[in-house]
Formats: sequence, structure tokens, C-alpha cells
Amino acid sequence: MTSVSMRVNGADVRADVEDRTLLVHFLREHLRLTGTHVGCDTSQCGACTIHLNGEAVKSCTMFAAQADGDEIVTIEGVGEPGRLHSMQAAFQQHHALQCGFCTPGMIMAGIDILRRHKSPDEETIREELEGNLCRCTGYVNIVKAIKAAAES
Amino acid sequence: MYPASFTYVRPADLAAAEAAFREADDPRYLAGGMTLIPTMKQRLAAPSTLIDIARVPGLSFIRREKDTLVIGACTRHATVAAAPEVRAAIPALAALAGGIGDPAVRNRGTIGGSLANNDPAADYPSAVLGLGAVIRTTRRTIAADAFFTGMFSTALEPGEIITEVAFPGPRRAGYAKVRNPASGYAMAGVFVAETGKDVRVAVTGAGACVFRAAEMEQALARSFTPDALADVRVAAADLNADIHGSAAYRAQLVRVMAARAAAAALSGA
Repeated sequence: MTSVSMRVNGADVRADVEDRTLLVHFLREHLRLTGTHVGCDTSQCGACTIHLNGEAVKSCTMFAAQADGDEIVTIEGVGEPGRLHSMQAAFQQHHALQCGFCTPGMIMAGIDILRRHKSPDEETIREELEGNLCRCTGYVNIVKAIKAAAES
Repeated sequence: MYPASFTYVRPADLAAAEAAFREADDPRYLAGGMTLIPTMKQRLAAPSTLIDIARVPGLSFIRREKDTLVIGACTRHATVAAAPEVRAAIPALAALAGGIGDPAVRNRGTIGGSLANNDPAADYPSAVLGLGAVIRTTRRTIAADAFFTGMFSTALEPGEIITEVAFPGPRRAGYAKVRNPASGYAMAGVFVAETGKDVRVAVTGAGACVFRAAEMEQALARSFTPDALADVRVAAADLNADIHGSAAYRAQLVRVMAARAAAAALSGA
């Protein structure tokens, strides 16, 4: 067992976990933040994307222990009903989701894209979404939403 | 999926990391973990101890030493890709780093981890071999030509840690690859460099281990143009053959990627 402390969505958390506990399981099962999804579980699909110290990472491919001392933001931390993040609002407005499973990861990736690109063109957005898969193949509206969020 | 049990340790410095390595039964160093963790989740690796060196001070930096660019072992791909020093000195290296995996992977994966792992389809080994870089470790310096010894194997001794990589600035260099559309890994990736002394061509993804292609080096030394490679036949005998492509197909990819890399080098991209 190992003791981990981190700041998650602005709140300090501390827990004793097995050393092999993946960060995504820590978020979902210990903190009950189930907005972060486990999709492929092989670091391909990006459904588990969160922000670690302000940067997008795949929480299925790191251990909770590695995040000890870090600052984490999950989909639950970016906005709330009635006060959506501009990326969430853009996804809603442009119907950038079908089944919704990939959506939390897409939104976290989208926010990260806009952190690095002020006004990305469609090609850049598509390239940047390399690590986020939508099995409904709803990319057209996802790309549209990210572009709209950049312009908003 | 989660891996077999292990003990996680985060040493304060390199000496403590090497000490932890000596004391454990079956230790592995952990940096970005972008290959090791998926491998552990599939239970293809089950180390007793993970020694996390990602935050050991002094391993994440980029600096110029005259005409040489030195990159710390725990520098992440995203950092290398975005660094003005890299983009100015060796733009092909910045472009290569910016094409590894995907953005989230580039935010975790490190140059030292990629080199120590020596995946046959990893990008960085081709840049290190193609540029004739030098790998500095906790114990010695190793020339690129002596570092990559086979599939997933290197000249590193047990417990030895890469601390930095020194890239001599080339006159020009370029990298081109064809990604496997499913995995994203290079089916064939070729790094071409005109160093001032000679021309080096390093191929990744196509064989069991990154290798230099002598015939293409000679052709480009005669004339550093994509056309110089038109008549070079790449031997398919030792190349990979699998469901994604035959050895002959990969040989063709290698030649085409080399020509594209040369074109990229000439355009300064």
C-alpha cells in the first residue's frame, strides 16, 4: 500500500491505495468521479483523458502513486449544470455526441487543444484528436464544436 | 486491467534510484510509462519494484553546448516538440517528437524511456542513430552506433540510467514515416541527416531493431536529393513481415520514406 495525496477538482484528497492502482480507478472507485471513463484500457481511445497539472493525459496509463502531489482536473471539475464550460456548451450546441461515452475525454482533450492552439483549423483539430476515438464516428460535429469553442 | 502487484518507489536522486535497483529482486525504472504500463497491464511484464525516476531533479532540460543540443533523459516528447531551441537547431527532431503517439502520450512519454526501451517501431532511436548522437548515462557515454543492440535491447547494463542525450547539430536532417493506422506505430520511419562529415540514414519500424542503411547513405552522399534514391534497392531479407505488410512492401516503404525525409531535410522542415 502507498499513501497518495493530490488535489482533485480543487479539493485536497488523501488515500491509501495499492501501489498498482491506476489513476483512473482511483478517480472512479475511490473518489466516485465516474465521469472519467475506461474505454479501451490500452491508451488508444482517450475516454479516460484528464488534466494532470494542466495537461491532458490518459489516466488509464498511469498509477495513482505517480500523481502523488499533483493537481488533477476531471470532467466533473470543468463545469456544472447551468454553468457549463465553453467547451461543454459548444459540444451541446453542435450536438457533438451520439452515445456520449467518449465525450468526457473529448472535452478534456478539446480544452487541452485550445490551451496550445489559439484558433486551430480543422486539420489541426483532427490531428490533435489522434488519441481520442469516437466509436459512433461522430467526428464531424466534435471538430465543429472544438472550433466553435475556440471562436467563442 | 491492472498489473500484477509491485512496490512503487520514488527516489530523490539518481544514487538513490540505483541503490533501489540493486536492492530489489526484479526492478524496472519508470519514467513516462507509456510503454511499460500497458505492457504491465497485459501482464507481459511483472516487475517486483517500479523505481519512478520521472521527477528526479536535473533530468528534464534542453540546452545548447556549442553546436550540440543536449536533452535530459526525462524530457517529455511534448516539451521537445515545442522547444524553440530544438526547432531552431534540429527542426527534424522537433517534428519527430511531435509525431510520437498522440498529444496525451507526448505529455507523459520521455526520450530516455523511449531509448532505453528500444521498441523496434519507436521514433526516437532513428533520430539518435541518424544524427550520430551520444547517450550519456550514470556510468559512461555510449555512441549511438553501439547503443541499439537488438529488439528491445540496448547496451545499457542492469541498473544503468540514461541521464541525457547529446545531438550534434546537422547541416540538415529530415524524418518521414508511415504510421500503422491502428497502432500509430511506424511501419517504416527513416531519419536522414547530412552531418557535415557524412550522410547517415537510420531506419525504424521495418526491422527487428533500428539500423543504418549503407546503400542509401552512399547514394545520398553522392547527391543529397530524393531522386538519388530512385534506383536504390532496399534489401527485404531482414525486414519484418506480418499481417500489416510483407518484407518487400516494407522495403519499398523504406525507400519512399527515405526520399521524403531527404525532401523534408532540403526544405528545412
